[in-house]
Amino acid sequence: MKSGILPCHVEGVSFSVEKRRLIKNVSLSLDSGPLSVILGPNGAGKSLLLRLLHGLIVPQEGRVVWQGGTYDSRTGPHTRQAMVFQRPVMLRTTAIANVDYALRLAAVPSREREERCRTALERTGLSELAKLQARVLSIGQQQRLALARAWALEPEVLFLDEPTASLDPAAARNVEAVISAMHAAGTKIVMTTHDLNQARRLADEILFLHRGRLVECRPAKDFFEAPQSTEAKAFLSGDLVW
Amino acid sequence: MMSEFTQAFAAAGRLIATADADLFEIVALSLRVSLTAVAIAAVVGFPLGAALALLRFPGRRALTILLSALMGLPPVVVGLVVYLMLSRGGPLGVLGLLYTPAAMIIAQVVLVTPIVAALTRQVVEDLWYLYEAQLRSLGCSPRRAIATMLWETRYSLVTIFLAGFGRAGAEVGAVMIVGGNIDHVTRVMTTAIALETSRGELALALGLGLILLVLALVVNGAAFVCRDLSAGPSRQGNALP
Repeated sequence: MKSGILPCHVEGVSFSVEKRRLIKNVSLSLDSGPLSVILGPNGAGKSLLLRLLHGLIVPQEGRVVWQGGTYDSRTGPHTRQAMVFQRPVMLRTTAIANVDYALRLAAVPSREREERCRTALERTGLSELAKLQARVLSIGQQQRLALARAWALEPEVLFLDEPTASLDPAAARNVEAVISAMHAAGTKIVMTTHDLNQARRLADEILFLHRGRLVECRPAKDFFEAPQSTEAKAFLSGDLVW
Repeated sequence: MMSEFTQAFAAAGRLIATADADLFEIVALSLRVSLTAVAIAAVVGFPLGAALALLRFPGRRALTILLSALMGLPPVVVGLVVYLMLSRGGPLGVLGLLYTPAAMIIAQVVLVTPIVAALTRQVVEDLWYLYEAQLRSLGCSPRRAIATMLWETRYSLVTIFLAGFGRAGAEVGAVMIVGGNIDHVTRVMTTAIALETSRGELALALGLGLILLVLALVVNGAAFVCRDLSAGPSRQGNALP
């Protein structure tokens, strides 16, 4: 086992845009093992928190500490992390070349690249579409391709930002299956969702976010059976007023 | 008056149909000068524009504004400045380039590079907005991003190239001043049209004018096709799995 970057400690992180505090003094720890779901209504700051964790943006207060140091916009996200966004961004080239591009950026030697590309496409059920232009694929297929690209990088931690929010139910199930497979293969998954059912299906651990505050952070079973905060109770019963 | 007009048209048609040597020499020189100029402008302007869009450095805003302002450079002013640089007393006078095709290429490069760079910057910046988070997440350095974004905007860049070519091929002021419109040496379509018209030789002027028009049509048609290509295959028409 290579020396890992987990656990990750988030210490009093706040983030403001134009004097509006969108993330308020969040502290938490992420460790290998449980599939972590950041849950909350739209506008709670889920995507922002994920970007702070990934190192795409830098907190104005507090810090995100990975094993071995902090990462900021200068160093960029750590190479042992990957992220999949709500809307897949694909280069204007073939599906397989999109995966290969990520591996080339990560300085993976060319002998290894071909094999890793092929494996990643197989695992996500895209082998037959390898030579197609990525942009002619459906959004669901593109999202699986984004997962394949992330998987090929063999990250220790994978962040997913509402990965199924743009997809129809069937495509969403396909994407969830890939996420579960990656989790089973030992990748630490940290994903955001506002979809309660999805959270119930996937989560081992819930980080419930409301108006930029981390309200609850507990095992999923406990959270769904006995939410402690009034906000979480309201959200679970479907009448959380934002 | 009308018959003179139709006669000129007929004569122009004959010149084109018989592949008149003088006429085609002028057309060939025009193409050579303008294509060379735009090629150089693209080699400089594409990366410059992309760098302006992607890199953060002091003076970036000022440079961006300057570039936009330079897009509107009057060709005669460019001609004058390049003339002063290349004339015998000027800093580049020793090169002896004045009144050669090279001088005309230099003038058109000066004219077109800001256009190519400014348009490239705009195109790259617009697309970067969508790409930034993903590429940074993949560990793409800003330098690397320049190459990636130029590749991603390649269809738009062809359109920009053609726009630059249109500008270079259509201008008359700069090449007239630094080229001198010397027969068989630096006479291009626009300067020839200006001269022949002033001499009353409407046939040659019209013939060149027609060719210039056709070229403009072809270039714009090509640009249109490129725009279609850059829009990419429609995703809406694609069924879900």
